[in-house]
Amino acid sequence: MSDSTKTVILHGGLLALLFLLQFLLPAYHHGNLARIMVLATFAMGYNVMFGYTGLLSLGHALFFAAGMYGMGLAMQYAGAGPVLAMSAGLVASIVVALVVGLLALRTAGVGFMIVTLMFAQAGYLIILYYGAWTRGDEGLVMPQALRMLGAIDFSQPGPRYFAALGLFATGFLLTLWMMRSPFGKVLIAIRENEERARMLGYDVFRYKLAAVVISGTLCGLAGAAYGLLFGYVGATFASVQYSIFPLLWVLLGGAGTVIGPLIGTLFMFYLIDLSSAVTSAYMLVAGVVLVLLTLFAPQGLAGELRARVWRGLP
Amino acid sequence: MDFGPYLMLASLEGAVMAAVLALTAVGLSLVFGVMRVVNVAHGEFFMLGAVLAWWIASHVGGPPALGFVAALILAPLAVGALAALADITILRRVDYDPERTIVATIGILYILQQVTLMTYGPEARPVEPPFNSRLALPWLEWGDTGLQMYWPWGLSTTSYKLFVIVAAVVVLLGVWALMSRTRIGLLMRATQLDRDMALAFGIPVERVYATVFGLGGALAALGAVLIVPIQQAHYLMGGDPLLLSFIVVIIGGLGSLPGTVVAAILIGLSDGIISVFFSPMLAKIFATLLVALVLVFRPQGLFGVKPR
Repeated sequence: MSDSTKTVILHGGLLALLFLLQFLLPAYHHGNLARIMVLATFAMGYNVMFGYTGLLSLGHALFFAAGMYGMGLAMQYAGAGPVLAMSAGLVASIVVALVVGLLALRTAGVGFMIVTLMFAQAGYLIILYYGAWTRGDEGLVMPQALRMLGAIDFSQPGPRYFAALGLFATGFLLTLWMMRSPFGKVLIAIRENEERARMLGYDVFRYKLAAVVISGTLCGLAGAAYGLLFGYVGATFASVQYSIFPLLWVLLGGAGTVIGPLIGTLFMFYLIDLSSAVTSAYMLVAGVVLVLLTLFAPQGLAGELRARVWRGLP
Repeated sequence: MDFGPYLMLASLEGAVMAAVLALTAVGLSLVFGVMRVVNVAHGEFFMLGAVLAWWIASHVGGPPALGFVAALILAPLAVGALAALADITILRRVDYDPERTIVATIGILYILQQVTLMTYGPEARPVEPPFNSRLALPWLEWGDTGLQMYWPWGLSTTSYKLFVIVAAVVVLLGVWALMSRTRIGLLMRATQLDRDMALAFGIPVERVYATVFGLGGALAALGAVLIVPIQQAHYLMGGDPLLLSFIVVIIGGLGSLPGTVVAAILIGLSDGIISVFFSPMLAKIFATLLVALVLVFRPQGLFGVKPR
């Protein structure tokens, strides 16, 4: 079997499985999986930068929140419907990603990590500072009446799952296509050896900026969709924790693989879900997993799969 | 109160803040300077120092001074040992790779914070200061008969706050003496300059790293023990010192100890003054943006020298 047939079977099969699961799962897990697919899209966006381009950002909550608040504020104060509000979220995340990319890409390595962290922190503080509009930690509850597209009500489990699957499939296929295209190969080349990529004549800065914008946009879309589908927009989603989560998901699932972010998000979501039933200190699990991953499996689950089973895993 | 005495009060509060910040940030700067890694768990070492100080002080009977002195000695030692242990068991194994170290220390951050939440609980608890007499401060003003001294209402500080400032200065001088006058300081500086060469000359670099990481943690804990009679110990208190230390270390130039101290005084004082006159949230927003922009446009820090 050739590599591309295997790729089609694996990724197409996964999407088909996600489609079928909505008819089989009990209500609780049905809702969870919708949430996981939106968060996995966030992780896939993060993966474009961290996994494929080798840019470790500690501030992706900023992009998620930009999309979420772009959508939420438009819906809350301008009475925008889902399409218009989602577009507002899209534009907000593109603009934020472009500005952050233009500034932060002047640094590299540890400097880049701290700069992104600081921008995200500033974004979080700005959301709190304008608490009169954003309502800070308390957050905004999206008006039910506006979460309708014609007769489709996104607050209902069925349409919500479908929309989440649509979003996930878009991000999933986009990453898959991108990483098999020449553009994606250049990103991987930059990750492997930036100097060499530059020497070969690629405008490294432009490629990296493109990666930041694509990554930020995908994360922003996930944030906007999260706000729309689950009806809540809050400052928590801009906090440091939500910059750490995508890193954790991608590391666990396998950085630089297309299926990794979904696997990581799925595992971590249920791990935290189970442990939060036992203790309020559920973030302990996240800490332990992070340390264990850096020590024993820096390639993550899909990375191990790639190393042991199928070397051609995209 | 008039503007003058008010400003003086704000600067005094800022000076206490700067003193503690200098200790914490020097710890972070030392680790970055010698080991070239960023320790994101630094704020949690600070928090642990405060929590341990409460624990020790509440287990030692007798006058509050006795418990405080015990905490002042034991808490930094315990935190330093823990930090050294974390270095040996975790950081050494990832070979101090800058990015993996950051991810690992984020993990350590959550482990320390959440274990504290599980054991110590979510309450904020105070430690009684060893002495705390109120000192009224005079203010000079031109009056009818020339320069007069008077005591404006509300312009005061406590003996304990002055002690914090003095103690921080003493400890910082101690760190300076350690780095410049002792053999272990020499080894640290040699490792900082050229790790491979130091290794070739038979310096036990791994032990130096563990010592530096422990010392960094101990300095943060010491700062926390000093502040805990003024603020209370809480499991989430590590966030602000971490952020401020980052700011200080970056403004001061990564890895430069004198730069760090100068920046700590600058940031601590201005934070105290700005927070009194403006919104503290706005001050924080500007500070974080300033750090990001300094790193982007002047990566060697405001006081640092460009590497040749």
